[in-house]
Amino acid sequence: MRLRYILLGLGLILVAVCAGFLILAWQPDIERIARPDPAGFDQPLVQRGAQLAAVGNCIACHTVPGGQSFAGGLPLPTPFGTIYSTNITPDEETGIGSWSEEAFIRSMRRGVHRDGRHLYPVFPYDHFTRVSDEDNRALYAYLMTRPPVRATLPENELRFPFNIRVAIAGWKLLYFEEGPFEPDPGQDEAWNRGAYLAEGLGHCGSCHTPRNALGALDADHHYGGGEAEGWTAYAINRESPAPVPWEVDDLAFYLRHGWHQLHGVSRGPMAEVTGNLAGLPDQDIAAIAQYVKSVMGEPGAERRARGEELRAVFAPVDDSQVAAADSQASPETPVQGRGAAIYAAACASCHDGARPQPFGGLPLSLSTAVNAPNPQNIVNVTLFGLPPADGEASSVMPAFGSVLSDEEMVALLEHMRERFTNAPAWSGLPELVRRTRTGENYVRVLPTDGIERSPANVGARD
Amino acid sequence: MAIRFNVNGTSHEIDSDPETPLLYVLRNELALNGAKFGCGLGQCGSCTVMVDGKAALSCITPILLLEGRAVTTAEGLGTIDNPGPMQRAFIEEQAAQCGYCIPGIMMRAQALLQENPSADEREIRQALDFNLCRCGTHMRILRAIHRAKELMQQASASTEKEAG
Repeated sequence: MRLRYILLGLGLILVAVCAGFLILAWQPDIERIARPDPAGFDQPLVQRGAQLAAVGNCIACHTVPGGQSFAGGLPLPTPFGTIYSTNITPDEETGIGSWSEEAFIRSMRRGVHRDGRHLYPVFPYDHFTRVSDEDNRALYAYLMTRPPVRATLPENELRFPFNIRVAIAGWKLLYFEEGPFEPDPGQDEAWNRGAYLAEGLGHCGSCHTPRNALGALDADHHYGGGEAEGWTAYAINRESPAPVPWEVDDLAFYLRHGWHQLHGVSRGPMAEVTGNLAGLPDQDIAAIAQYVKSVMGEPGAERRARGEELRAVFAPVDDSQVAAADSQASPETPVQGRGAAIYAAACASCHDGARPQPFGGLPLSLSTAVNAPNPQNIVNVTLFGLPPADGEASSVMPAFGSVLSDEEMVALLEHMRERFTNAPAWSGLPELVRRTRTGENYVRVLPTDGIERSPANVGARD
Repeated sequence: MAIRFNVNGTSHEIDSDPETPLLYVLRNELALNGAKFGCGLGQCGSCTVMVDGKAALSCITPILLLEGRAVTTAEGLGTIDNPGPMQRAFIEEQAAQCGYCIPGIMMRAQALLQENPSADEREIRQALDFNLCRCGTHMRILRAIHRAKELMQQASASTEKEAG
């Protein structure tokens, strides 16, 4: 008898909790509107929206390479299955043409579709929630004045229980904090501007911060390094593996141009970020650099000393430094082992060729990829190369996957690691090479300047 | 120690320094002059050959990587009397101006069509990203590759018919 009451009681509590959750989870439909007349939007507002969309790198996820800009349909692989990006052109049936400004702002602020469905956090509203209403209005004006594209999307392919939308409400309860950006009064205006852009629309942490088992950002390891489309997004906090520690000016140059003499070229998904940032005013780029550098902090004594050494060799400021660097250069060491032989015969002509960035091979002692704890990026570029951009001058690297066997890849990469860094040998390299080559580790191969999915994309110039 | 590999169906034992680029061995020792020296840095594509059916840049491929492997050059696609489909297509479309880049482009296209016999315009253009032509015969080159695709499809259809 008593057990029945307890069970009944527990059952009632469960029902109440579920009901409460559903009430919390429920979001109203915001009424459809007729597509606003594009001529009704203020031109300066639209132009500001274009810049902001570039900061948000919206086009990268919302465009299939070669397809029409913002029409969606790009498969985004996640640990929970594949999600297809949505059509954010102002088509009334298949895009956001029937979304009011209010509906758009709610989606950015709270991750909710116009019709009340919760959106998957692959749309980074955990960052976009910080975007100001004013900026959201500019973004809305920009998107609503794009050419509408009728494009029906494939269904998401998600595993149970991730295919149940209402579960996202639970995820939000656990991990999502709504709220606008709060400036830090202890920092100057530029720093706060940088933080607003990086932590909001720029959503740097979406790739550069690690995620937990449910795909939420690990706040304790802010900018501690993550993953994007099969590429390692390096740590950009104190743990940055860049051989020469980043300085504010170097970082600003890199974000502006997509390369730096002491760091090499941006590639993979980062190439799209730097490609898009080309449209941003210098002071915004400088602000982002200032903020990110403050997260990186000052390097320790050892790292700083190593950085100074490399800087003197590869970016000497005067002749005395050149002479000092020359006297330090190690004498020609005899080639030992298969990896060293491959390096000397296949890599050295470019990478030891002393041609400047961005068109020369980066000396590998400057390579973050070779110095990083995870070898994924150096595996990717060695196997697949860096393809040229369509119709524009860009850095390229030939793919070596067709001539290097897995064993040769491993021997070569182990040699690079030993010769060009002070870091310990990588573990699990053979398996990583094998899985990357076979495609079990999915890698999106992109040109260095990211033109594939940027506003200048030849295929998507519409 | 000699390195053994196959070129266009013939096995060779090569005594050169293992670091020697394949391109030099092809041209200087085997007198196969199809593959061309362009930039020597793997950036122009004029030295493209196939290694085990995949496009490879012979100017940056040392022979030490080739033990036991099969190399195909433009000479391996057919003969003057009996040109292969890729060669026939380039002749039919008159796709060469100076012709320096053409053997590399044919090998790149051959590798693509062997792997993907129905490659579309976009895939062909993407594959050719690594091959430069300075005469500007790009449109003819593209037509030739589409023509080669047709010729290959016809050939494989008639082989199937004979076999069937």
